[in-house]
Amino acid sequence: MSNLVLFQLRKSTVALSAISKLNKTHIEIQFNFKYLVGQLSQRLQSTSSQVVVRENTKREQKRVVPPNYRHIYPEFLPDPNMEFRNSVREKLERTDMINRRSRIEIPEFYVGSILAVTSSDEHAVGKTTKFVGICIKREFCGLRANFTLRNVVDNLGVEIKYEMYDPRLQRVQVLRLEKRLDSELLYLRDADPEFSTFPFDMDAEFLNEGAPVPVNPLKVNLRPPPWYARWERLQPKGAIIPELRGRRKEKSEKWLEKFSEPWEKYDLMKQYRKTIPEEEQDSIYSDIYSELHQMEIASKKLKRKKAFVKPKKTG
Amino acid sequence: MFCNGLRNLSEIGQKIASRGFHTTAVNDQLHLLSRLRVVDNSEIGKRAMAEGKPPKIFHVYNKTGVGTIGDKVMVAIKGEKKKGIIVGCKQTQQAMVPKFDSNNVVLIDDNGSPLGTRIHVPIPNLLRTILRKKTIAKGADYTKLLAIATKFV
Repeated sequence: MSNLVLFQLRKSTVALSAISKLNKTHIEIQFNFKYLVGQLSQRLQSTSSQVVVRENTKREQKRVVPPNYRHIYPEFLPDPNMEFRNSVREKLERTDMINRRSRIEIPEFYVGSILAVTSSDEHAVGKTTKFVGICIKREFCGLRANFTLRNVVDNLGVEIKYEMYDPRLQRVQVLRLEKRLDSELLYLRDADPEFSTFPFDMDAEFLNEGAPVPVNPLKVNLRPPPWYARWERLQPKGAIIPELRGRRKEKSEKWLEKFSEPWEKYDLMKQYRKTIPEEEQDSIYSDIYSELHQMEIASKKLKRKKAFVKPKKTG
Repeated sequence: MFCNGLRNLSEIGQKIASRGFHTTAVNDQLHLLSRLRVVDNSEIGKRAMAEGKPPKIFHVYNKTGVGTIGDKVMVAIKGEKKKGIIVGCKQTQQAMVPKFDSNNVVLIDDNGSPLGTRIHVPIPNLLRTILRKKTIAKGADYTKLLAIATKFV
């Protein structure tokens, strides 16, 4: 045999042995994996009930955060859109928000509540201004959280947007704590001015401690169009839409028939994408719960002090 | 045949030109030919508003050509040219800056003194600083406008 043939033979044998080795290892790996899975499943089956019970108890122990925190402090929850998420930034923002809250009391309020905001204003005469109005919009989360107040002053509608964690804010006071039928009251722009007129010297109304926040089922009359938005399509619950005429009526009817989505409220996936899951909410609020709770207690004490009037001696 | 096609095209063009809706969101910018509301009690302003012929902007005295709070504008009112100061905008504003339900203007003369004697709507606090900055020494004094205001927000 020539050298060349020998060389080729050796080569092929080496290749063969390599393949067989590989196959062996592959089989071994497969076998090991199967064994492991089997072991794991057996273990899981035996202890699954225990694990569930343990998890439940853990959750109950963990669940010190009141469930209404997501309504009282909605701006602590991040934006559900994954594009805007950044866990480090969110955490830093939360600590900043807590620090600001230790300086100024930002009370619980909702869209539809009437607020009085005192802010330092370099342009004003006394360097502070006070604005009273109904909260018509609440937007964004974190340090960018803001709310818009609306009032009618001298027959002219005025709206001011305030950022909740703006250092210029000096005092935020809730004059009337209530909710309305909608999550946005922008239709008040197209309603009669009486529905958004509030006196600047309005007194704060008292609500019993622990009482549920009342929902005001008020329905406002809208003026005939032109409007700020197409209310006949959006159909807000708290607005009485006047009878439309002619082409606009036809068009709105057609549109509602074609594009309305009555199944939208059953769309679980849509709801999921728009909200932060409960577990995540718990983890967020449990981090800041102690601070928030301390602040709540302090503010309650202050309120009681203010509400208590020393009886006077008579006679 | 060709003529027919052209006619069809022109008809479509007319339809597009005459459609009665916006294709973009309204942003309430104050620029050339925007209508304003006169909020002082000057004779010409009152008559123009009563007749339903509110003034039209035909020049904004800034570099962008878009008027905001405190900008001087030239308006056409009752066949006359008058200058005015924008004292309130409908456009979305930044935080802490009031947004009004109408675009308000106060008419002034060349020296900056207002034509009326009273402003009967609230005007923004911010205007104080803006007008003080715009006032020229020994020239136009725009701060006279602040003296006739009744309410600030």
